[in-house]
Amino acid sequence: MSREKILEVKGLQTSFYTHLGEVQSVRNVDFDLYKGEVLGVVGESGSGKSVTCSSVMRLLQHPGKIKAGEVLFKGEDLVKKTEKEMREIQGNEISMIFQDPMSALNPVYTIGNQMIEVIRKHKKVSKKEAEEIAIKMLTLVGIPSPEERMKNYPHEFSGGMRQRAVIAMALSCDPELVIADEPTTALDVTIQAQILELMKDLQERLHSSIIFITHDLGVIAQLCTRVIVMYGGMVMEEATVDELFYDAKNPYTMGLLNSVPNPKADTKERLEPIPGMPPDLLNPPKGCPFCNRCKYAVKKCLNEVPPMYEVSKTHKSRCHLLHPEAPQMEGFVKEARM
Amino acid sequence: MKDTRENLIEVQGLKQYFTKTSGLLGRNVQYIKAVDNVSFYIKKGETLGLVGESGCGKSTTGRSLIKLYEPTAGKILFNGEDITNYNSKQMLPFRKRMQMVFQDPYASLDSRMTINEIIGEAIVTHGIATGKEKDERIFELLDKVGLMRDHASRYPHEFSGGQRQRVGIARALAVNPEFIICDEPISALDVSIQAQVINMLEDLQNDMGLTYLFIAHDLSMVKHISNRIGVMYLGNLVEIGGSDEVNNHPAHPYTEALLSAVPLPDPRLARERKRIVLQGDVPSPLNPPSGCPFRTRCSKCMKVCSEVKPELKEITPGHQVACHLY
Repeated sequence: MSREKILEVKGLQTSFYTHLGEVQSVRNVDFDLYKGEVLGVVGESGSGKSVTCSSVMRLLQHPGKIKAGEVLFKGEDLVKKTEKEMREIQGNEISMIFQDPMSALNPVYTIGNQMIEVIRKHKKVSKKEAEEIAIKMLTLVGIPSPEERMKNYPHEFSGGMRQRAVIAMALSCDPELVIADEPTTALDVTIQAQILELMKDLQERLHSSIIFITHDLGVIAQLCTRVIVMYGGMVMEEATVDELFYDAKNPYTMGLLNSVPNPKADTKERLEPIPGMPPDLLNPPKGCPFCNRCKYAVKKCLNEVPPMYEVSKTHKSRCHLLHPEAPQMEGFVKEARM
Repeated sequence: MKDTRENLIEVQGLKQYFTKTSGLLGRNVQYIKAVDNVSFYIKKGETLGLVGESGCGKSTTGRSLIKLYEPTAGKILFNGEDITNYNSKQMLPFRKRMQMVFQDPYASLDSRMTINEIIGEAIVTHGIATGKEKDERIFELLDKVGLMRDHASRYPHEFSGGQRQRVGIARALAVNPEFIICDEPISALDVSIQAQVINMLEDLQNDMGLTYLFIAHDLSMVKHISNRIGVMYLGNLVEIGGSDEVNNHPAHPYTEALLSAVPLPDPRLARERKRIVLQGDVPSPLNPPSGCPFRTRCSKCMKVCSEVKPELKEITPGHQVACHLY
């Protein structure tokens, strides 16, 4: 693919040094993000998806620390940047949308005030011009009568409106990369549909690249072009949406897909949950992080972390069963079918 | 096929209003009609799913049903007996027969009690067992919900969210109830753990003949677990019918929109399907629209909708809808 890479994450390792010991939240994560694409990051709580993105943004809180790895944004390593240099990039070139819009907004300032502050921080414009930009952005995200709404405080907005305002704020400096960390999880389905529609529309219009973190496979299917699946601090599978949903090559992804009800099924098929619980990253397993819950696990899985095997040009999966000499298991097809 | 099972729960014209006072000494009283004239029944051994956006009154309906609130008006029949005006003493034998599983497994377990105490409390209160017999019963319950027997001496903080929800379910089962209200029991859990809990609830229903009221906003799971589904909007029941019927032939424009808003875990289906994106937010229950509560967001709104409030009408056997289109 000749498309331009906007972000390259190489061998990222992030740990939290707690009083109980080192929690290895992100263990050697690699992925690329191309210009203008929506990359979905899916995983359960504790899989490291949010920490990966906070590491990219350099927004890790104490006691979290990036142990190793590179985060190349347009060729420059963000890990080596100073806090001051990072502040120029945060909100300007890369911006982030959080799950809870209320915690991203300051309750004692009006929406307008907060937007103008963000815009003036990153753009050399007068207060008047900043106000105009803010109104334009609020109109863009579909807030009715934005001039009036600018004077409102966050508590006067509904949940969906707040998230719209936060999206407007995040996009106000024309960022090249937007990281959205479960932006619709706290919202109702009908409001979620509005926000997803909005993000898709804005992405197509502004050609920004988006990393969309979620645990909802439905949201991924609807919004993303490519997906990475994380588990136990590692990337387990990387594929286009169609490859992931119709030709999953990792037992964890398969398990995840089987634990949600099939939207086409009329009869009540029994769900197939993944037994057990996610690994404790204080003592991460020596081998594959998923081995103790995997129905295909063999002895090798316990002792060796599987490498990423290439299934197709756009599809990679971390599983020993994909080794050319691995035995063929029932229900697990090694070859790419797409 | 006609369902000949008896009704375990019957609700007739249930109203649950809350008051909001403002002004000097609270002289201005406004009513929040959290549940406004809702009627439905649940047959023995079946699961009724209740869906809707936050603030639509689905949880309040559940709570009024087991009289955690005093209903403003209406009738609640449990196994044919009118319990609407029973006081707490009269309610006691019924408490044993109806239990609740809550949404937040972190807030609903007392962090200073061991699992043994949490589950055992109700067993003692209702005089079911004491001493060794009680411990034996707790062990059985732990087996039933897939926890280990030695978990009994531990505290809630030692468990994960899914395990805590299992404790909550064991507590609800402790008194051998007939009816369990599950108020968003899986929304706080991870996808792979959700399926574990759903399967367990289904197994327990089959083994013990339980009746469920399953409250959730996740339509795909509700569709999976329920026999019938009720859709609520702004305190009103706008549609109720068989699970497949409501899903395949939604009659109310709101149900249609709600169904189309659910993101499907299937990219091809997601690309093909027609989506109805509702505009705006749910109106405030303090000041609901006149006539049909949904008319402000409805694409098929007619003149009559603002004037007359639609009543539930049966459009096909067992499928009722409150909309002027029918």
